[in-house]
Amino acid sequence: MGAAAFTKFVRLTRQPMLRHLLVAVAAGAILYFLTGRLSQYNDYQVGEIASYVVVLAGLSLLTGANGQFSLGHGGFMAVGAYTLGLFMTHTGTNFVLELAAAAGVAAVAGVVIGLPATRLKGPYLAGMTLLFALSIPGIADKWPATFGGDQGLTVSAPTAPGTLSQEEWLAWIQILCALIVFVLLANLLWSRYGRTFRAVRDDEIAASLAGIHVARTKVLAFAISAACAGLGGALLVLSTGIVNTGEFPLSLSIQLLAAMVLGGTGTLFGMVWGGILLVYLPQWSTSLSSDFSLGTGANAYLATIIFGLVLIVAMLAAPNGIQGGLRWLWAHRPRPGQGDHGAPAPITVSASD
Amino acid sequence: MLEVHELSVSFGAVRALRSVSFDAEPGAITAVLGANGAGKTTLLRTISGLVKPLSGSVSFDGGDLVGRSVESIARMGVAHVPEGRGVIEELTVEENLRLATLWCLKRSERHAAIEEILELFPRLQGFRRRHASTLSGGERQMLVLGRALISKPRLLLLDEPSLGLAPLITAQLMAMLHEQTEGKDLTVVLVEQNARSALSVSHHAVILNLGQIVVSDNAAKVSADDALRHHYLGF
Amino acid sequence: MTLFLDYSLDGLANGMIYATLALALVLIFRATRIINFAQGAAGMLTTFIAFSLISGGWGYWWAFLVVLLIGFAIGAATQRVLIRPLAGKSELNPVIVTIGLFVVYEGLAGAIYGNASRGFPAAYSQRGLHIGRTAVAFSYFDLFILIAVLVLMAATFVLFRFTALGLRMRASAFSREIARLLGVRVGLLLTLGWGLAGFAGSLAGLLAAPTSSFGPYYMDLIFIYSFTAAVIGGLESPIGALIGGLIAGLCISYVGGYLGSGLEPLGALALLTVALMSRPEGIFARPPARRV
Repeated sequence: MGAAAFTKFVRLTRQPMLRHLLVAVAAGAILYFLTGRLSQYNDYQVGEIASYVVVLAGLSLLTGANGQFSLGHGGFMAVGAYTLGLFMTHTGTNFVLELAAAAGVAAVAGVVIGLPATRLKGPYLAGMTLLFALSIPGIADKWPATFGGDQGLTVSAPTAPGTLSQEEWLAWIQILCALIVFVLLANLLWSRYGRTFRAVRDDEIAASLAGIHVARTKVLAFAISAACAGLGGALLVLSTGIVNTGEFPLSLSIQLLAAMVLGGTGTLFGMVWGGILLVYLPQWSTSLSSDFSLGTGANAYLATIIFGLVLIVAMLAAPNGIQGGLRWLWAHRPRPGQGDHGAPAPITVSASD
Repeated sequence: MLEVHELSVSFGAVRALRSVSFDAEPGAITAVLGANGAGKTTLLRTISGLVKPLSGSVSFDGGDLVGRSVESIARMGVAHVPEGRGVIEELTVEENLRLATLWCLKRSERHAAIEEILELFPRLQGFRRRHASTLSGGERQMLVLGRALISKPRLLLLDEPSLGLAPLITAQLMAMLHEQTEGKDLTVVLVEQNARSALSVSHHAVILNLGQIVVSDNAAKVSADDALRHHYLGF
Repeated sequence: MTLFLDYSLDGLANGMIYATLALALVLIFRATRIINFAQGAAGMLTTFIAFSLISGGWGYWWAFLVVLLIGFAIGAATQRVLIRPLAGKSELNPVIVTIGLFVVYEGLAGAIYGNASRGFPAAYSQRGLHIGRTAVAFSYFDLFILIAVLVLMAATFVLFRFTALGLRMRASAFSREIARLLGVRVGLLLTLGWGLAGFAGSLAGLLAAPTSSFGPYYMDLIFIYSFTAAVIGGLESPIGALIGGLIAGLCISYVGGYLGSGLEPLGALALLTVALMSRPEGIFARPPARRV
């Protein structure tokens, strides 16, 4: 009796959608124990990582699965964060609704940028999205009354229930969002939509001949990734409590790119590596620069330099990032009873999912 | 003299050439024939350096070609007119010709060389300052042939020059080719789908099938052998 | 009306700077089909070097010249070391490398020189000239910009149209394989192209420095405006870069003047979007060349 139920359970896990959910629940459980044991500061960092993972997951979908290149996701993060700030300042609605609004407005921005983007390839798209990221501060500065000017808007998460510390509570909100986004995107990529995204990435003409509406697909991918960026941006500013343009410089968009590339473009789990990079690299480079007794000014710049070097080295040596490397190792693991396979197929940047 | 010895080329899992060996003599046209996909274009591209072989050797007048860069092979006097002609459309006719002279002729000599080629192909005179994109198929063929000849090459590789050309123009081209080669120091390797016209001007014929040489013989004999012609060349 | 004149003159001078950087982008794109996102930052870095030299006692013009040559060297080295190994694989990887370089250059400049804005000396007076008794928003320095850029454009034009080297470079850009079959050393020419682009980028940096808040980020917006200019002009021709630069310079100046300088990037975004949507090939591009 128990054995039959177990077999049925195992068979169910072969269903991708369910499997994703189970993995997320398991990860959630592990993280629950972890955050309980970690210090408040570490909880804060884990929450930050989770927020970045939300952004990166969307970016990975856009670039890896759909082949569109964006240098402007910092801008979408800003849109989401400012939306949250405006809602919190002017309305008192439900927190979940406010987060949803952040994602929603960012999605709309994604559509606005995504529409002209359908006609653009690679570097042209990069240039346009770069310009988008550069224009956001100007908009906020133009209307300081609405957007809070230099000081920006304040945001805060709802108070933690019971004896839970605020840091742990906030980290949990961020982690939960990350897990939800993970499950949703993983299921999306496994579904018909995912196949459509990849078809458009691989060959637009072939895709449209197969009946796929190419432009609509590309705009959808942009909207989804912008929504993720908006949500992630909103989550991040909850950690600092302030929304202003200083939180979203151009370098942020580039760091997102570096994190995605290093984590493994096109993968979802790889984005965890990317998030870790984004949160720990500045710290690590600070301690590195004090080891070499460089000035305090050099700290921030050292982190930037390292991000740049990461991009360069990754492109030259490991375009598939950490997750891609792990997958390669897994695929080429020594198996019993099999000899040398011969030369493996060359790895390309657009890693398949 | 061109000597190809045990040349093997593969693209991934596909074997395009298998141990191909043949010689091409100066003052003669060697035709390379065969069906589509037999490896004829790959053969030329390997000789001129665009493709690196798996194994084997190519030597011309004693000099090794395998492993050299495309540019250095060209500067040895090897002129390759590729499939599709390779006219540079954004340049004028005169610029196309002049380009070919830059590595081998001094500035003072270039003008005279261009004039000489335009005398050989009088039809191009009127198009001298026009962009090469305005030329018809036959005119383009003349241009790339002129561009190949202007550097006074010692080895001329031609990939399907008759493609898309009217029979009359093809005949003229072949005749001109014969005239330029006969008794001179030039070695010509002529890849053709139009076997009939190729055989009519060639001295030696090589037939490729699925990457291997199946026939290597005097062109007249190949022409006369009905069974051979039917089987490999389709006529 | 005088406002319009002022904005126009300002736009013209800026437009010449955008044209210079746009030329650099065009040179590289024509040869290697890559947008060099680091071009502006490289110009910034070399201008900082000039700043150091001048502060250290060098004469302005010596520093100017040396830094132009350094820009050439950096451009050539970048192509040899970083871009050539990536040739033939994904088209986007080299672009990402240039983005990495962009970040590294800014980090280097920030680490070495710090973030505080400083003034970069101008070669000539930056005060507005006077026509009759009216002050015009055009200075001797603006005149210098105009002349320097026009000389560069003219030299480039002569190089490409009338010299053997220019013919080789054009042929390599249009049809790499055929050029090689005709004995052209394409590899060297690509490096040369990147070197020339680096030269132009350095010039843009030097011309822009006196009028900007001179710090590690001052070339960011200029780069993206120059990119817009290059796109308008077609990414294929130096003349396009010039015309595109002027159009971009004027439009952005008007937006900044009439709507506020904070909205200039947005104006440029609108301009870029319109340009990319209506004529992605740009005004001066020929129909897509068949690559042999």
